[in-house]
Amino acid sequence: MAPNPLRPLPNEAFDYWKALHLLNRAGFGGTPATVRTLANLGVEKAVESLVEFGSPNATSDRQTWDASIRRPPTAEERSIAERARRENDEATLARLQRERNERDATDRTQIQSMRTWWMGRLIETSRPLEEKLTLFWHGHFAAGYRTVQDSYHMARQNELFRSNAAGNFRSLAHAMVRDPAMLKYLDNDENRRGRPNENLARELMELFVLGEGNGYTESDIKEGARALTGYTFSDDEFVFEAGNHDSTPKLLFGKRGDFDGDDFVRLIFERQAASDFVCLKLFRFFVNDLPGTPSEESQAFVRALGKLLRENKFELRPVLKALFRSEYFYAAQHIASVIKSPVQLIAQAVRSYRTPVRSIESMASAAGLMGQDLFQPPNVKGWEGGRSWINTSTLFVRHNVLVYLLTGRVPTGTRFDANSDRCDVTHLLSEIRESGGDEDVSPQSIARFLCRFSLATRPHPDRIAAIANFLTTTASAPENDRLLGALALITAMPEYQLC
Amino acid sequence: MTTPTPYSRRIFLQHGVTLASMAATIPQFIQQSALGMLLGGSGVPEERVLVIIQLGGGNDGLNTVVPFGSREYYAARPSIAIGGPGTPRDQTGQALVLDQAKGIGLHPNLTGIKELFDGGRAAVIQGVGYPNPNRSHFTSMDIWHTARTDGKGTGWVGRYFDCTCNGTPSTEGAVAIGQAPLAMMGETQKPIAFESAEMFRWLGDDLHKALHDPYQAINRAGSLDGIEPNTQMNFLMRTSLDAQVSSDRIRNAVNKQPLVAYPQSSLANQLRTIGAMIRDGMKTRVYYASISGFDTHGGQLGTHGNLMRQFGDAVLAFQNDLKAQGNDERVATLCFSEFGRRVAQNGSAGTDHGTAGPVFLLGAKVRAGLLGEHPSMTDLDQGDLRHTVDFRSVYAGILEDWLVAPSAKVLDGAFQKAALFRA
Repeated sequence: MAPNPLRPLPNEAFDYWKALHLLNRAGFGGTPATVRTLANLGVEKAVESLVEFGSPNATSDRQTWDASIRRPPTAEERSIAERARRENDEATLARLQRERNERDATDRTQIQSMRTWWMGRLIETSRPLEEKLTLFWHGHFAAGYRTVQDSYHMARQNELFRSNAAGNFRSLAHAMVRDPAMLKYLDNDENRRGRPNENLARELMELFVLGEGNGYTESDIKEGARALTGYTFSDDEFVFEAGNHDSTPKLLFGKRGDFDGDDFVRLIFERQAASDFVCLKLFRFFVNDLPGTPSEESQAFVRALGKLLRENKFELRPVLKALFRSEYFYAAQHIASVIKSPVQLIAQAVRSYRTPVRSIESMASAAGLMGQDLFQPPNVKGWEGGRSWINTSTLFVRHNVLVYLLTGRVPTGTRFDANSDRCDVTHLLSEIRESGGDEDVSPQSIARFLCRFSLATRPHPDRIAAIANFLTTTASAPENDRLLGALALITAMPEYQLC
Repeated sequence: MTTPTPYSRRIFLQHGVTLASMAATIPQFIQQSALGMLLGGSGVPEERVLVIIQLGGGNDGLNTVVPFGSREYYAARPSIAIGGPGTPRDQTGQALVLDQAKGIGLHPNLTGIKELFDGGRAAVIQGVGYPNPNRSHFTSMDIWHTARTDGKGTGWVGRYFDCTCNGTPSTEGAVAIGQAPLAMMGETQKPIAFESAEMFRWLGDDLHKALHDPYQAINRAGSLDGIEPNTQMNFLMRTSLDAQVSSDRIRNAVNKQPLVAYPQSSLANQLRTIGAMIRDGMKTRVYYASISGFDTHGGQLGTHGNLMRQFGDAVLAFQNDLKAQGNDERVATLCFSEFGRRVAQNGSAGTDHGTAGPVFLLGAKVRAGLLGEHPSMTDLDQGDLRHTVDFRSVYAGILEDWLVAPSAKVLDGAFQKAALFRA
């Protein structure tokens, strides 16, 4: 019998560096002390502590947003507007236009605040996997503000992703066909009996659940679109408009019936690809994002995750636990094999070096410059991830954001605010003393530790030598400044882009 | 002393400069010129440049190149059809005539394209598509980028550099504004890609003088020994080297003021940057710019009209810039979208994903005029246009007659080349 692709890592093999790998992937990294704490738990308890982050506390840490900016006009407001148009009352029409413009501006301000709020949460959360999965779902069920045009709907969707972050994949898909932001983003508010709009039906299968070409036909898209007719929203709530729903029979995946949108989702989830496709995306997000078809071994790993997902009726927690506990997750080829997303780059730097955050708003803008504008994925396919994060230009932004976090130095040509908060990284030295077992803080040992800790893998000797050389030539400078210089160099290494 | 590691040790100089094998550390363009000297001149038109402009989202071809002579056009689009000459419509105005007899015109906001067309600097290629059209944005875009009907594999421009004698991979060969497009991704050829030139350097240099040399050594080392080729690590090390090499060159080029005024738009900014690089004499053969927002499923008139205005005005300014530079005869500009839209409007005064659409080719050397046949407005395929020109014929025409490359090799199959350039 073939070995179990999900066989767990033996507890004794879970050391400091494997704990670092787990914390970087299931979260956004942490200080050496945090890594050590996690390592001491053993693999099972460590995974448990990350995956069982509990359900969101409804009152204490929920941000409230203004739902009224985009509220529909009242009957009275409508009649005023109608009368003004009828009577060509230019003064009133001009006032109404001005008010519309003000509401647009207010809503844009609110989405900026939300972006900053979420960036702060990603950096500072005590439940990193919850935020990381929220980001995963935002990239998976992608909807962008520029199309949705309603910041409150984006906030509601974000809350939905968070409250279902490690919940049930099928429930999340069902929620999506009732989510105002998604209904708007994929035009289902325009999908009516006799005038079908296929956008949501197509992407549900192609991008959200099954994957392109996996077990559906063009005809299933057309029939699915009819099933979804009448699924729309009013103000902030889902509405099923029976009058706009096409209730004639549909032929979906060879079955005939008067299917509605929820039946359509249910039928999609009966397809085999419904479990494998999302597991492949989880694999690329958490384990390895090398382009191209994954190796045979990785495919077997993904299939085993898919089987587990199906057996658990699409509950995600058992799958995530099996993934992070598996020996395969810690295999050499998966260490330092994922290219950090811009959010990962920023959050991990702050959390692992304990740099000042300086300006969360600037960090949210910086993530946008690096290709990850929160609440604005590039398209319905979400962020492609992997090598798409890296080009010759984003590399410089990545280097410079780290210079900013470490030193407060303001990159030109951006809106970063100058911030002179001192970044104290001498806490890293205590770890070197700890691991060295004595007072060995030679340039070599400092360089070796900083590289190993920062790069998430065994560093090349040239890299250690370059850093040691820098520390030697700057021996007379203050210790913290030397360490910051060394970290500025390390974080500009090609290897630093990996986690 | 360093501890033993899986890597072999190499010489490390006290100044922080790393020596490594030639292949890994010498920037690719230097290798290429060394190779060029060995092989001698190939008689290839090195000076020619191709600029590609991508209209993302599926541009509504029928409201771009308007068949105002067709009754079916007006029947299918009661509220969004564009009026013909002499029969303007309240909401949409009237088309700019390209061919009165054939009843073909341009969107009223494409005055820029009209001016180029009248001046013999624009070819309008009608009905460009491919068999069994795919209506997924991403797949269809991949199909156009790869020039393969399965949309898989490397990009066609990347393969041009990979596999033709005159287009060997070079660091400056392909430059994209924005994200690196699949079209430019070859097996070995990768484009330079950046959003703006200002951020194109490391600011850590300003912190301490002792940082400069190690930073340069680290980022110019290329792929270190012991790094497997097909890994993210290898990719990052090579891209880091490319970034350093490109940085000085490009920041230097784009700092100059353009010779003509450009309008204010994202596409205009991109084309101004490309114009500056061409003027600076960069060895780049193919540039890539893009504009998105063409996915007009609902209430499309205003949105599409604005995009047409931005597009037409930006390319006119670009062509005028090239002319003022004296470079207009060596630059051809190709404009495409991943698909057109359905013939009939949908229930929301918009249009859903369709099939064939027009392609523009601009420049002083192009065979200006209305090329190809407009797709039939009566013989539809389930409400969609049937393409009259395969997009790979357009690529073949550009490869053979402009870039002078064997198109069958690049396109992985023989396609009848479209005659797109003046003899």
